Amino acid sequence: MKFVDEFRDAELGRVLAGEILAAVDPERHYKLMEVCGGHTHSIYKYGVDDLLPDNVELVHGPGCPVCVIPMGRVDDGIAIARAENVIFTCFGDMMRVPGSEQSLLEAKAEGADVRMVYSPLDALRLAKANPDRDVVFFALGFETTAPSTALTMKRAKAEGVSNFFCMCNHVTIVPPLRALLDSPDLRLDGFIGPGHVSTVVGARPFEFIPADYGKPVVISGFEPLDILQSALMIINQLEGERCEVENQYTRVVPYEGNLRALEVMAEVFELRPHFEWRGLGFISQSALRLSDAYAEFDAERRYETPGVRVADPKACQCGEVLKGVIKPWECKVFGTACTPEHAIGTCMVSPEGACAAYYNYGRFARDREVV
Amino acid sequence: MVDEANRLARVDVAGVRRNVNVGLLDDDGEGVGPGDWVLIHVGFAISQVDEEEALATRRLLEGMGADYEQELEELKASAIE
Ligand code: SF4
Repeated sequence: MKFVDEFRDAELGRVLAGEILAAVDPERHYKLMEVCGGHTHSIYKYGVDDLLPDNVELVHGPGCPVCVIPMGRVDDGIAIARAENVIFTCFGDMMRVPGSEQSLLEAKAEGADVRMVYSPLDALRLAKANPDRDVVFFALGFETTAPSTALTMKRAKAEGVSNFFCMCNHVTIVPPLRALLDSPDLRLDGFIGPGHVSTVVGARPFEFIPADYGKPVVISGFEPLDILQSALMIINQLEGERCEVENQYTRVVPYEGNLRALEVMAEVFELRPHFEWRGLGFISQSALRLSDAYAEFDAERRYETPGVRVADPKACQCGEVLKGVIKPWECKVFGTACTPEHAIGTCMVSPEGACAAYYNYGRFARDREVV
Repeated sequence: MVDEANRLARVDVAGVRRNVNVGLLDDDGEGVGPGDWVLIHVGFAISQVDEEEALATRRLLEGMGADYEQELEELKASAIE
């Protein structure tokens, strides 16, 4: 595959690791947060962290869309899925996310018509094929995915599809980052910025991080060499006493983002005043809902949902994992009560979740962690 | 382009041909065309891959490799003396 293998070269990876080792101050400890779950997955899949010196620590951030869905939203989805005449559609990962009583998969086993889709367009197609049923799409994801939902809704409207509805759980990347930066729990030195979100929003929305918090951000691609180069770029900024937003992923991310995608999002969505994030609590203006122009497609306006806040299970420490405060193996139920097959928390469900990445690639213990 | 009105294009995804929506890259038929590389997410092309930039990044990485090799060579050479 073009532009993929070129960025997986093991030999160049070792060379980059050598550059990093030469660039770091051995006396200093570097804590870099990779915001995006896609990076977390790649880091463990390719063992990127093994190439880093001991004093460069990677901390995993909140950028896994399935991981941040709170239990109350799962319960709301299940309530809609159980309503009369509904075909409920969602992405595959979402089906296994536990709600307070059960997951969508378990609701399906009990008779709810829940179906997995790959794209919001598949959900729209189902609606057109089943004009006598209501088809509800459980939309989730950061700005990477929101424009695709938005364009699908535009198409539904243009085609006058009246049995298609969206339960919107789209979230935005900047508010949780600000919340993390304001939290006293965490001392970070820099951010490996989210590559795919940035294809849409561009690099500019991250400028507040160097400007207001004095920390470098490097927008990064997802291949092992991309991540290593980004880590090196952050360390070079820190050691050179520079602090700015840099773009390592120029082959895919234009600095200004995708204006067409932003335009479509602005037309179809509006900001919610508040949204609850799993483990992070309520964050204001951090999520999207359908705008008034699309009210007729809004599943939350059509169906009754419990809409209650459900506390996370006691044993679950996903909040600390999502904030990068603890490593997955420090959670008491990691790998025992909580596994990808029987997840207690969301970070174990999605392959982009930090717990799943640690579990799937055999990181069960402290290993090479530095205190 | 397999469906102009709905902005569907046929693309090759790791050897498999499938339709993706390119409406987030162009609205008017300008923009992407045959031979272009795109980043696909949930059935939509969300970004066009810039071949020049890909090559430039790669050259930069290889350049680092060259310096490193040279350093290694010099190191070896100096050890002999
Ligand atoms: S091990 Fe399970 S419960 Fe613990 S933080 Fe990870 S996903 Fe959450």
